[in-house]
This record gives sequence, C-alpha cells and structure tokens, in this order.
Amino acid sequence: MWTGILIAVLVLLGLALVFGGLLGFASERFRVEGNPLVEQIDALLPQTQCGQCGFPGCRPYAESIASGDAINKCPPGGESTIKALADLLDVEPQPLDAEHGVEQARRVAVIREDECIGCTKCIQACPVDAILGAAKHMHTVIESECTGCDLCVEPCPVDCIDMITIEPDIRSWVWTPPTSGIIATDRQEASA
Amino acid sequence: MTQLWDFSGGVHPAEHKQLSTGRPIRTAGIPSQLVLPLQQHIGEPAEPLVAVGDHVLKGQKIADVSHGMGLPVHAPTSGIVASIGDYPVPHPSGMADKCIVLKPDGKDEWCERYPLSDYRKLDRNEVLGIIHSAGVAGMGGAGFPTDIKLKPSRDRKVDTLILNGAECEPYITADDMTMRERADKVVAGLKVMAWILRPERCVIGIEDNKPEAAAALREATQGTKIEIAVIPTKYPSGGEKQLIRILTGMEVPSGGIPADIGVMCQNIGTAVAVAQAVFEGTPLIRRIVTLTGAALETPGNFDVLLGTPVQYLLDQAGLQPDNVSRLILGGPMMGYTLTTTAVPVIKTSNCIIAATASELPAPPPEQACIRCGQCAEACPMELLPQQLFWHAKAEEFEKAEHLNLFDCIECGACSYVCPSSIPLVQYYRYAKGEIRLQRAEQLKADRARERFEARQQRLEREQLEKDQRRKERAKAAAEAQAKKKADAEKAAANGEVVDERAARSALVEQALARKKASTNAARIQPADKPEAATLAEPAPEEPDIQALEKQFTQAQTKLETMQAMLEDAKAQQADNLDKLERAVAKNHDRVKRAEDALTEARRMLAPQPEARSETQPIK
Repeated sequence: MWTGILIAVLVLLGLALVFGGLLGFASERFRVEGNPLVEQIDALLPQTQCGQCGFPGCRPYAESIASGDAINKCPPGGESTIKALADLLDVEPQPLDAEHGVEQARRVAVIREDECIGCTKCIQACPVDAILGAAKHMHTVIESECTGCDLCVEPCPVDCIDMITIEPDIRSWVWTPPTSGIIATDRQEASA
Repeated sequence: MTQLWDFSGGVHPAEHKQLSTGRPIRTAGIPSQLVLPLQQHIGEPAEPLVAVGDHVLKGQKIADVSHGMGLPVHAPTSGIVASIGDYPVPHPSGMADKCIVLKPDGKDEWCERYPLSDYRKLDRNEVLGIIHSAGVAGMGGAGFPTDIKLKPSRDRKVDTLILNGAECEPYITADDMTMRERADKVVAGLKVMAWILRPERCVIGIEDNKPEAAAALREATQGTKIEIAVIPTKYPSGGEKQLIRILTGMEVPSGGIPADIGVMCQNIGTAVAVAQAVFEGTPLIRRIVTLTGAALETPGNFDVLLGTPVQYLLDQAGLQPDNVSRLILGGPMMGYTLTTTAVPVIKTSNCIIAATASELPAPPPEQACIRCGQCAEACPMELLPQQLFWHAKAEEFEKAEHLNLFDCIECGACSYVCPSSIPLVQYYRYAKGEIRLQRAEQLKADRARERFEARQQRLEREQLEKDQRRKERAKAAAEAQAKKKADAEKAAANGEVVDERAARSALVEQALARKKASTNAARIQPADKPEAATLAEPAPEEPDIQALEKQFTQAQTKLETMQAMLEDAKAQQADNLDKLERAVAKNHDRVKRAEDALTEARRMLAPQPEARSETQPIK
C-alpha cells in the first residue's frame, strides 16, 4: 500500500518537475519584449500628443493606464476612446474626467502668416513637427499633419495662431443613422 | 442561345417603366445658366482652367486634373463664365461644392474637334488618351473614369466584356431609350472598347422587359460576334456583380473587382460617350436623363446638357408643382431625395422622379425587427442583412465588417421586403461611413505617432550630441590645464620661473606688502594721536579708512557727473535717457555702499575716539 502511495507521489513530483522545467524554458525562450498591453492601449489613443492627460504624450499615458491609471483622461479621444479602452481592459467605462478638458470637434492650428514674427517657439512646441519655418521667417502649419493639440497656441508671443474647427464638407460627409422611429402608439400620441 | 445563370435573392418591384417610354428622346435645349461641378465622380476634383468673364466655346476644356485620378470638365455650350464658387450639387448630403457657372450666349458655337475615321490605325494608349481628354466616366453609378477602367493591370486579361443594358431599377428608361434610338452608336462604342481590351467574348445583357431595345441591338450587331443576352427581369440584375453572375456564372471575389476574374462591365451611356469621343471628337457634355413620375404631364427621356438645373428639366416635362410630394434623383431603390431643384445634371445623373404622395408615400415608421429572415432571402449578395442591422444599430462596426458589410451593394432589396419597414440600407450606409471615418482617423493617428516618435528620437539624438560636445570641450580644457601644470612643474624643477602667472602673482604680493608698509608708516607718523595705541597692535583686518574715504569721494564725484549728464540729456531730449537714469541709480547705490562701508570702518576703528568723529562729521 505504501509503495503505491510512494509511486503516485513520485510520479506527480516527476510530472511537476518536467512541466515546471518546460514552463520555465518557454518563459525564457519566448519572452515578449516590452509590455504588449501598452502597445494595444497606445493604438487606441488618438495620438494627438496634446498632454491634456497630464502625461508628455500618448505613449506615457498608455504606460500609465497599463499600470492602473484611470482611462478617462483623454479629451481628444472622448467617449469612443474611453469605450474602446474599457473594452480592451475589461473595465467599466467612465465619463470623461472634466478636469482634463472637454471633448471638442477636430480642430487644426492656423497661423495668421502676416502677423508671424518668426520666433520658432511654436515649432519647438509642436509634438509632431507639423509646423514649418525658420528663425525670423514666416511659419506655417502643415494642415494634414496637425493633430489640433493646442500646444503651439500658448508659446506664441504675438498670439497669431488660431485653432479652427474643421467644418464637415461634401468629401468628409457620411450618412447619419436613421432617426429611430417612434413606435406606432407613440406616433398617435404625438399627433394627438 | 447564351447560357444564363441565376443569382440568389432579388425582388420584383413594380416597374413603372412605360411612363417614360411612350415618347421619343427629346432635346432639352439650352437653359439660361449651366452649373458644372468640378467633381462629378470619385477621384480628385478638377481645377478650373478659365477665369470669371472668359468666353468659352462648346466642348472647350474648362477644368482639368493635374494629379491623381480624375477627369476634365468641358463647356456644354458656348458662353461666358459667370462665376466659380460653391453651389448645391447632386449629393445625398445636400451640400454645396465648387462649380463653374456658365451663362450660355445662345450661339452654341463649337470649338475645333478632331474626329477619327479609323481609330484602328492609332495606338491603344492614344485612343485611351482621347477617351480621357473627352472626360468620359462610367455613367451608371459611381462614375469611375472610363480610361482607367479600360486599362486593367497587365496580369489581368479581360476575357469577357459585358455591356450592361439590364437597367433593372424601376422608373429608369434612359438606357432603354438609348438602345432603341441609338443602337448603332452603342455598338460602335462597344466595338472601340472591345478593340482596346481584345476580349474573347462580348455580350450585351438586356432584361426581357425591353424587347424593342433587344431588337434594335440585334439589328445593329448583325454580322458581328457580339452576343445579345436577354435575361429575366429581376431586381437587381443590373448590378455589376449580379449581371456577371447571370452571364458567366462566375462570382466576383469579396473586395475584388470584376477584372480579377477576367470580366469587365460597361454602361450603355458610356459606350455612346466613347463612340462620340472617338468618331466625332465630342467630349462628354450631354447625357440622356429620364424624367418620370406621376407629377409630370409629359414624362419621358431628354437629351440634356450637363450642368442643366433640375428645375429647368422639370419645367420641360410639365411639372405640376401642386402634385409633387417628393423629388428623387436616381431610381426609387437606390436614389436619394433632392432638397433643392437648383442642382445640376451631372455625368452620373440618370433619372429624376417627381412623385406624387400616393405614388411614393412617406416611409412608414420603423418597427422592431421580428427576425422573419425575408431580407436574407432577398439579399442578392447572400449577406445576413438582419445581423448587419443589429450590429450597425448597436454601433458594433467591427462585427458588421466581419459579416462582409462592405460587400453590400446598397441595392435596397432588403428594405423593400422588410415587413417592419426598417430602413436597412440607411443603417448599412451609416455603418460603412463610420468605418471609413474610423479608418481614416486611425491612419492619421498612426502617422501622428510616427512623427511624434521621430521627433522624440531627434531630440534625444540632439541632446546626446550636445552632451558629447560638452564632454569633449571639458576634456580638452582639462588636458590643457594638465599640460600647463606639468610645464610649470618642469620649470620649477629646473629652478626657473617661467610661469608668467606665478611671476605676476609674486609681483602683486610684493606690491601689496609695499603698500601695507607705507600705510603703516603713515599711521605711525602722528604718534601723538590716540589711535597710535591701537595701531601699534598687529591689526590685519583693520579697515583702511583713507582708502574708503577716497572711494566714497570718488563715487560721489562720479554720481555728480552722471547727474549732470542726465540733466544735459534731459535738456536735449536724448534717446538714451533711461540708460542714463539706470546708470545714475546704480551710482547712487555705489555711493551708499561706500558710505556704509566708511561708517562701518569708522565705528570699528574708533572704540574710544568719539571726539574725532564729532570733529569730522560725515556728510
């Protein structure tokens, strides 16, 4: 009887050792560089690089979220980003933290070029190098690359940068969802 | 007899075609104003080549594309460019876009044309060039530039060329009437396209509700290898993918184009446009438009100049303004409601329906989906409309995409059969639009991330370079120091004073010692004075009263001169006033400091001699 138990214990011990060794080997051999969660979170953030979340760029905020920070600090991403992050991290979506700003329509920076004195301060502030120009020469914004982050507005000594909301035009227009019809009884009530 | 296949699904809506086939094609004439949108198809908008006030001739190129995919725009008649700006264009959004407005002069004067008698002598690319510069676009749906479509990539050989004469959507008869009345032009255009593509098979597919058109084409194709295939009437057999299925039995792969399976579809109107471009040298400046609906007195087909406002056409067809409840551009299944009659006819406008309230009643309210599955039976693309609807409504676009939302051809068969009158297609269009927007945003975000990371790297690199340079400088300085030190040591070892600095510091020390000695001597001289006692003691930290007094008087004189200068400058209104004022203030400080130092020194120096300080009051 004791030999039976002994054999069972030894077999289990042997199995544990073998699988433990396998797992240890696998964790070394197939180690993932960096935190893949950070990449996934970063992919969901809008990449405005505006710093409204309190971090210097989207990636640092992604890292912070990965280590447990709140997901509602990104005003440019707004509700859809929060929803996507909540889906990814399997947490409850929260409303946008008003402390970090409010969700706005997409905007683009425009320099009033005849007022620009060529100080290069906005060029240094732009997180995506979307402003062109040289010292003492007029600067201009590459509109297609501007993320609308606002960061160039404050450093401008002559306040010649405007943030302009992008108006929807015929090329950016998309169909709207059908206005959800009121059910027949409501309709009768509405017309009554 | 051509072998035919069937496609799954489809519906049989009431045709209402006889409304507009009773009269021959009429020419609409020249309206008082033509509005020509610069973008009439997918691709890039054209850029105007004319300015306001220019006189243009009929057929003259007035806008062209410099880059990207696009087509030129031509003047439909001679006249003067009245304006270039934003005007309402035919678009489901009802928005305005850039247009050229032409005021016709009534002369209808042609520019020079270069008709070709024998296109076969030319290179195929030259003929394609003619088609491009004539501005020919697909006149059925999206308006894809025909020259690009006729030039599939080298690895895709087109075996079957199909001319789409199915015209399956109710009400529309533009292609039907074109085939009846202009069969020779249709066939001529088809021959040009066949010569370019060299297909093995050339078929014209016509629904069996157009026997006159089929007969006319049979006659026109006598003696050629072109097949006429009469297909059963079923909506949407005129859909490109459906017609290919009917005529070849093949299926266009999801996300692919017909050229992937060696097939190409062309529209009847496009064939006519190609024939006119090649044989007459005429650009695409007019098209056949069906004007139909119960609110028109004389519905029918019109040969219309592009840019003609819809209102002008409605008047020609005898619009009864009191009866019309809805204006639709396109067919009743796939068209959209017009919000204004000021929009012009463009290359892709095939039909205008002026419907009365009883003809096209307002859609009944949407009710809940009862999962009857009729939509899935009707779907010609074999999709799952019900599931797509749930996902689109719940904004689960990813799931909708997994169910091949983008294969939906938006034919409206599902909405047509839905017993709950759910506007299904509208949901799909919305979902497609949102997905496209999200993709565009994702693309933009990716680019922003790339740029941000590149910038971070650049800043890091610059910082590193700066540090490197600083380190190098520090190292160089340290080396120089070390060298000097070594030299000095060597010199010391040799017993020579080579080091200039050492020599100079020695000199300074000597001078200091001399000065100290002399001051001590001066102090000792008045030996009867009480200070002598204190001075006798060794007092190295004892302040030098004389020096301080001297400093004080010096500072005072300097201040006085500065003040004088300031007065002068003020009198002369000089522009360096503020500088001088600063200098004066600085000198005031200096005087004050000197004074303080002097008093301090006196206080320290005179523990007992109050009498002296009384006899020499400090000013």
